[in-house]
Amino acid sequence: MPAASISDRLFYAKVISVTPHGERLDLCLQCGMCSGICPYGFGMDFPPHALIAELRANEVDPILESDRIWLCMSCFACTSVCPAQIPLTTGLLATVKTEMILKGKVPTELQTALENTLRYGNSLGKSPRKRAEWSQDLPSKVPILAETKEPVEILWFVGDYASYHPRIQPVSRAMAKILQALGVHFAILGPEESSDGDVQCLAGERGLFEMLAQKNGKAFGKYQFKEIITTDPHAYNVIKNEYPKLGFSYPIKHYTQFLTERLDQIRPLMRKPLMYRMAYHDPCCIGRANNNNVYEEPRQILKSIPGAELIEMPHNRSNSICCGGGGGGNWLDGFVWERTHARITEWRVREAIAAGAEVLAVACPYEPPRFEDAAKMVQGDGKLVVKDIAELLAEAMES
Amino acid sequence: MNIATLFKLVPDLVEELEIDAGGTSLDMTWLRLIISEFDDHAIEQAILLKERSAAQVTVIAPGVEGVDEVLFTAAAKGADRLIKLIGDFEAGVNNHSLARAIVTFLKDLQPDLILTGVQAHNDLDGSLGPLVAGFLGIPYVGYVSGVTLSNGKVIAQKEYPGGLIARIEVDLPAVLGIQAAEKPPRYVAVSKVRQAMQTAIIEEHKVGSLDPTGGIPVERMFKPEAGTRAMIIEGDEREIASRLIEIFKEVGVL
Repeated sequence: MPAASISDRLFYAKVISVTPHGERLDLCLQCGMCSGICPYGFGMDFPPHALIAELRANEVDPILESDRIWLCMSCFACTSVCPAQIPLTTGLLATVKTEMILKGKVPTELQTALENTLRYGNSLGKSPRKRAEWSQDLPSKVPILAETKEPVEILWFVGDYASYHPRIQPVSRAMAKILQALGVHFAILGPEESSDGDVQCLAGERGLFEMLAQKNGKAFGKYQFKEIITTDPHAYNVIKNEYPKLGFSYPIKHYTQFLTERLDQIRPLMRKPLMYRMAYHDPCCIGRANNNNVYEEPRQILKSIPGAELIEMPHNRSNSICCGGGGGGNWLDGFVWERTHARITEWRVREAIAAGAEVLAVACPYEPPRFEDAAKMVQGDGKLVVKDIAELLAEAMES
Repeated sequence: MNIATLFKLVPDLVEELEIDAGGTSLDMTWLRLIISEFDDHAIEQAILLKERSAAQVTVIAPGVEGVDEVLFTAAAKGADRLIKLIGDFEAGVNNHSLARAIVTFLKDLQPDLILTGVQAHNDLDGSLGPLVAGFLGIPYVGYVSGVTLSNGKVIAQKEYPGGLIARIEVDLPAVLGIQAAEKPPRYVAVSKVRQAMQTAIIEEHKVGSLDPTGGIPVERMFKPEAGTRAMIIEGDEREIASRLIEIFKEVGVL
């Protein structure tokens, strides 16, 4: 077989051209660090470095015939260890996934999540009119910008799971109470908010992501606020790194950054000690993703809780083990299990238990249901408690 | 081979359904419409047939709010012609009206095969397929879960209760009521639908006044009303049997 000439490598060239810093793909020397650290690399037909080799050889069909690329959780581990700093997650993997999506080759559960997002503005398929229902029966009403129309300091971008999922709505309510206790002048978009689009973007649905970004960008543009904060690392990652490319540039903080700035105000309000030994799970999307590097602020908050003891798991900060929810993974548990008989979420829970944690502290809305399910599988009676940092703070602030 | 696929949009059950002031139909204020699930399978089956043979696929639907996007999505999946029927459809029509309206267009199109969903959740006066077949005087086979083209006829795979499946040879032209396409409706990327919106054309076909004759008049539409609660009868067999006999006498069946 003749060697593929460079001009034949159309798909490889396409990946390079559509990715910022895509030319770094040419620097790949096949060291295999990426495939080695990939949590599901063992299950892929073409883990990242093999994908590059295959594209360089212009063997595109075998790549598109395999469905194993959907094992990629967009956890950014590969990108974070690549010595040539190749944009593997957002460039190589997302572009190959886009090609699969254009051909309609997407696992069924993920298809449903994408179709729901398009139609209802959220992956759960719930009515957009009910997006702010979680905030309705709080003692103090959460302002919705379409109703109040007044300028605020903070626009709180809530997100799909934090708005609709029954396990995460309490986290949102806890966050509302904290913001109210601190006297923060904030509001939410409510029904005008659509899914942030991060997982849809990383899962390759570029058209859907752009549509969502346009909708949210238009909603942001209607109101006056100084900055956006969010309880959702995916929203943080995509609004910070991708929305500006579409013309929507807003200062955004993850809520742990925002609250760390106000720790002196929060400390005196925490009158109830929490005697928990806690391990903190670093979410990919505020951590190693795109070098967002939000690692210390969540820890500062947890250390400030009276009575709490913070321990570290062996995999922490930039080498944290993904919960498995990114890049479409949140809807691919059955798919992944069929192909690997391994759940990354259970690995993480086992690590937390082995480290001696009683409470696994999290800061992302996909994590509580994922880790609680995994804890049931690993321990049988689910002794490990999973709490969002906002829930822990609210608990400590109870009078 | 000329394939026509008929679809309609039905109330999306994600939104809460309310009865309107008149008490005989749904309040349309917050109602969203979505393609009937079985019709979505009919479109998929038509596209699968097109991929396997040199077929032309025409999709036809009544013009209501939201139908354009569904038509363009069908185009993105591979439909060749998009037909929007223009008539007094917004307030909601029964299947007799819809069938008569569709037949005016089908008489011009002269398709070899007509596919439509076997039922829709808002059917009150029978389902669309048999009505269309009846008005055209052609055969209808329902509960079809597989379609093969064979020497100018179709082999329809029809499901029966109890796990029985029949393969029925059907002369064309004919109408098939699709229960399930051979594969689940495919995913079509948003960018492809957007592309179709730029390149595909929706042909509008005016239908005259609608004729609902043969339909069922609705006297009252209401949400399920809770009856009296269930009664649990305790005791051993004798006690239960005695109590049951008492109750049967009380209510007058014994």
